[in-house]
Amino acid sequence: MAALEPATDVLQQFSHGKVDAFESLFRQHQGDVYRWILRIVRDPAVAEDVTVETFWRIHRAHARFDPSRSFEAWARRIATNAALDHLKSTRPETELPDDLPRPPVPDPGISQELREKTAQAFGRLPPKLRIAATLAVIEEQPYQEIAEALGISTGAVKLRVFRAVRLLRKDLQRQGIEP
Amino acid sequence: MTTHDHEPIEHLLKQALPATSTQPRATLQRDLWPALRQRLEQGGNAVPWFDWALLAALMLWVALFPRAIPVLLYHL
Repeated sequence: MAALEPATDVLQQFSHGKVDAFESLFRQHQGDVYRWILRIVRDPAVAEDVTVETFWRIHRAHARFDPSRSFEAWARRIATNAALDHLKSTRPETELPDDLPRPPVPDPGISQELREKTAQAFGRLPPKLRIAATLAVIEEQPYQEIAEALGISTGAVKLRVFRAVRLLRKDLQRQGIEP
Repeated sequence: MTTHDHEPIEHLLKQALPATSTQPRATLQRDLWPALRQRLEQGGNAVPWFDWALLAALMLWVALFPRAIPVLLYHL
């Protein structure tokens, strides 16, 4: 997230429940929170809904916010939890859009069918593993940032990514696909 | 299995699900404040149905067993 940290007095006012301060924080951070959530849920319309849900949770939790700490990191953690809740509540079969987005540099050795099967198999992974692999492998986010957002160590993130890729390989092998 | 073995499948995954930064609508297209403000107005005064059910059960319990009131107060 590229937004600058808000002024301390705005954070103080927010922690005391001032709506004006909350709106100011919302306007400053909504774009960054949306982009972070989009990386996880991968659907713009869903990302908008989860962004609203995230700021609703942020508003409810204002009294627990420590103004001496980073609002950005706190918001990202809440956004990640909201996105995880969405993934848990959504069946894997309904996850994929009808037309998968094409990669900027398509590999001619990988067919559309293989891409679809891979995306479907990935959608069947447990949400906690899927989030870690999405952010680390697909979105290429730094492990430290992923760890902070998930509230776990970088070692735990690497382990989740490793397990996700291993499970994905096994799923594809069961379908006769050998990457 | 090592992380080196994972490279082909990670490449496949990136082909199947490209990074969102390369896709259209990677940035927010509209202001979400009106939607959030509506949510705040709706949710601000709402009491979940479960809380009302719990209150009703408590009132019924107190009406049926008035001698239990001191026990209830003790546990509060």
